[in-house]
Amino acid sequence: MMNETLVTFVPEPERYEFSAEPMHHFELARRDFFKFLGAGIAVFAVAKNSVAKQETAPTHGFHQEELPEAITAWLHIGEDGTVTAFTGKVEIGQNIRTSLAQTVADELRVPFDTVRMVTADTALTPFDFGTVGSRSMPTMSPQLRRAAAAARDLLVGAAAKEWNVAAEGLTAADGKITDPATGRALRYAELARGKTLAQNLPSEDPVTPPNEWTIAGKAIPKKDACSFVTGEHKYTPDLRRPGMLYGKVLRPPSFGATLTSYDGKSTQAMSEVVIVRDGDFIGAAASNEREASKALEAIHTEWKEVPQTSSKELFSYLKQNAKAGGDDRSRRIKGSVENGLASATHHLDATYTVAFIAHAPLEPRAAVAEWSEGKLTVWTGSQRPFAVRDELADVFHLAAQNVRVIVPDTGSAYGGKHTGDAALEAARLARAAGRPVQVVWTRDEEFTWAYFRPAGVMEIKSGIAGDGTLTAWEFHNYNSGMSAIETPYVVPNQHIEFHTTQCPLRSGSYRGLAATANFFARECHMDELARAAELDPLEFRLKNLSDPRLRAVLEAAAKSFGWPRKKTQTGQGFGIAGGFEKGGYVATCAEVAVDRNSGGVRVVRITTAFECGAIVNPDGLRNQVIGANIQGLGGALFEAIEFENGRITNPRFSRYRVPRFRDVPDVEAVLLDRKDLPSAGAGETPIMGVAPAIGNAIFDAAGVRLRGLPLVPGGLPVTRS
Amino acid sequence: MAKPIELEINGKRYQVQCEPETPLLSALRDELNLTGTKYGCGEGQCGACTVLLGGTPRRSCQIPVSAAAAKPITTIEGLEKDGHLHPVQQAFLDAGAFQCAYCTSGMILSSVGFLKANPRPASAEVIQFLQGNICRCGTYPRIAEAVRQAAMTMLEAGQG
Repeated sequence: MMNETLVTFVPEPERYEFSAEPMHHFELARRDFFKFLGAGIAVFAVAKNSVAKQETAPTHGFHQEELPEAITAWLHIGEDGTVTAFTGKVEIGQNIRTSLAQTVADELRVPFDTVRMVTADTALTPFDFGTVGSRSMPTMSPQLRRAAAAARDLLVGAAAKEWNVAAEGLTAADGKITDPATGRALRYAELARGKTLAQNLPSEDPVTPPNEWTIAGKAIPKKDACSFVTGEHKYTPDLRRPGMLYGKVLRPPSFGATLTSYDGKSTQAMSEVVIVRDGDFIGAAASNEREASKALEAIHTEWKEVPQTSSKELFSYLKQNAKAGGDDRSRRIKGSVENGLASATHHLDATYTVAFIAHAPLEPRAAVAEWSEGKLTVWTGSQRPFAVRDELADVFHLAAQNVRVIVPDTGSAYGGKHTGDAALEAARLARAAGRPVQVVWTRDEEFTWAYFRPAGVMEIKSGIAGDGTLTAWEFHNYNSGMSAIETPYVVPNQHIEFHTTQCPLRSGSYRGLAATANFFARECHMDELARAAELDPLEFRLKNLSDPRLRAVLEAAAKSFGWPRKKTQTGQGFGIAGGFEKGGYVATCAEVAVDRNSGGVRVVRITTAFECGAIVNPDGLRNQVIGANIQGLGGALFEAIEFENGRITNPRFSRYRVPRFRDVPDVEAVLLDRKDLPSAGAGETPIMGVAPAIGNAIFDAAGVRLRGLPLVPGGLPVTRS
Repeated sequence: MAKPIELEINGKRYQVQCEPETPLLSALRDELNLTGTKYGCGEGQCGACTVLLGGTPRRSCQIPVSAAAAKPITTIEGLEKDGHLHPVQQAFLDAGAFQCAYCTSGMILSSVGFLKANPRPASAEVIQFLQGNICRCGTYPRIAEAVRQAAMTMLEAGQG
């Protein structure tokens, strides 16, 4: 059942999930696999449906008869009973290491602590498209679960053979196979001893349904949590290799600038420093960062710069530079908007905007690169280790199997670490130095040379009938993307379209992609329509909604928040917003306090209801949901990248405001556990309702409709009476 | 020019060879391999690099190593005593007060220093004091809760 439902998640075309051609190498042949892990029992999971296949690639390197295509995960039970599960997914704070280990332990019937997860190492783990799009739970979790189920079957079979009984009556629990008829038992360790048994996963192996989970579904603490409170965990910037140098890169003065003159004479005396000039790339590696920086400062360069637009003209620029001729993939048309508008008693046209914002992960982009006998090993904080491997192989003309990328558990990413920039820089410097080189970007570099959440303009034309029923919905998104561009409301006449434009800054994935922009425009517009219809904003939404899962989260958020609420003080306001995306359903209620004299806006309270199918770890999920809501406050209220002439003008935390302790309201997460539905991801969707709920609450409080994100970077305009 | 500078870190004496204006953060991480102290911004704005200098939380990216020579330094590596986590570390662990945990060292050191000076803090004081520490994952409510819990534990144990 679980796997059938899975197929219904079809990722929509999304231009900002960077896509790279998957490469197909895996150098660990089966013999080596057991040599590496020791004897025991191994199970290889094979992608069985189209969605999983889309995110994986045929694995070559093994002989075809040994392994089929599209291996997605594997696990191994060692002679000491240790279970090791392998996945290309990356731990970036979303707690996937713990959730996936729970899944394996649950299905294999072993204690949680006996499961070790090997993640994101291109030499050890199967190809993976990347830790993106909230896909780890819906795709990787079922695959590991099926691998664990198959391993359990192998163990039952081995015990049956040992005892010369039928397998059917035997039970698996707590790391042992028991024969209830005689009470005798064999531990998994005993059954794995002396074996090198490998099996490809039978595609129809049944797995344990959520209502029978014993380890999944529980609030198990983060794996290896202790190593984080002691400082013991090594993030990429903490790695030290023998003889390692520290690298720095000379950045152009502005985006798109080209090098016209280079004079490195004054560095010739710096015998300890390795300088690399390769096209427009200029870098230095030295025994410490300061020496490397000094060397770069001693180089005289001149650059040709190109005139560029600024954040002041951003939204008119995006509209003016829209590219003509989108195709059917970027357009959804149903009925006739013209007729829908003609039959409406009330029309509304409005334009909404969202600014560029930065991910600003606290661990900046970083990499350590080490060459040995023509092979390259790189440690880097990336959401896409296999794509980074391919980038490196491509740039340095290596076969992919000669490049190994390892991702240590990383200091967050939020969609911002899909590319291999720091990895390439470190590898280039290390090749010249003949020693390992580490590159850690400064905060300024991180704010400037990473990529941004795309800015966007959303235009909506809508109509409602006299009873508050939607009759027409025309929605255009310029630049920010297609995620959640469709309306979840029932509207007979729709025209929804995404327009690509020339984009002034390097843009890419961000937690939730364009859904934050599209939710903001749609849910604020719905609020405006509700007021025009003189209906309560929740009532208006429910009136136009048939999706039961969305209704359920809206009702759950409203109930816990106490919607509708009576205002008890001046400046108080309440807002609501909801929607679904990536298999998760979210609704957020917000309360704000607005001071019309000072322009101050304070978010007092947020209640977010979230439903993502069967919950695997309620504690981890709550942490994600509350964290997403708090991070979402930044983009909602004050975060915006400012730029002029190819330069970011606020590239540091003293100028780019992010949410801090005092910004945090009372945040409540209401989690709906649907044990009848497969688990979806939770890293992204919970952020999406925050901005519109706050925008709607500000209108409720002050009667001012704000249609741009961030809503109040400098406070609300003060009314002069 | 680089000359030897003596530092007292986590009760041990170290000598580093670096220029006097080198940030303490670089000396800890790159000279002494004490990498539990993190770089986050280099301008004293995020708190990831917080250490205790003479018992007071300071941003190690803003302190020249020469200025750190006079006082004992405590980093995250030096909080455990006799194989036991510091009550603040334990409280963070119990509350699950992290996601990616990159800010955790700085949050813990800031809190240890704060609780030393304010053993019975009001909630608002905790929030006020930690205003200079960024958790980009937004784990703030759990961190505040961990600090309150640690304060209680330390008072009960007479460690306040």
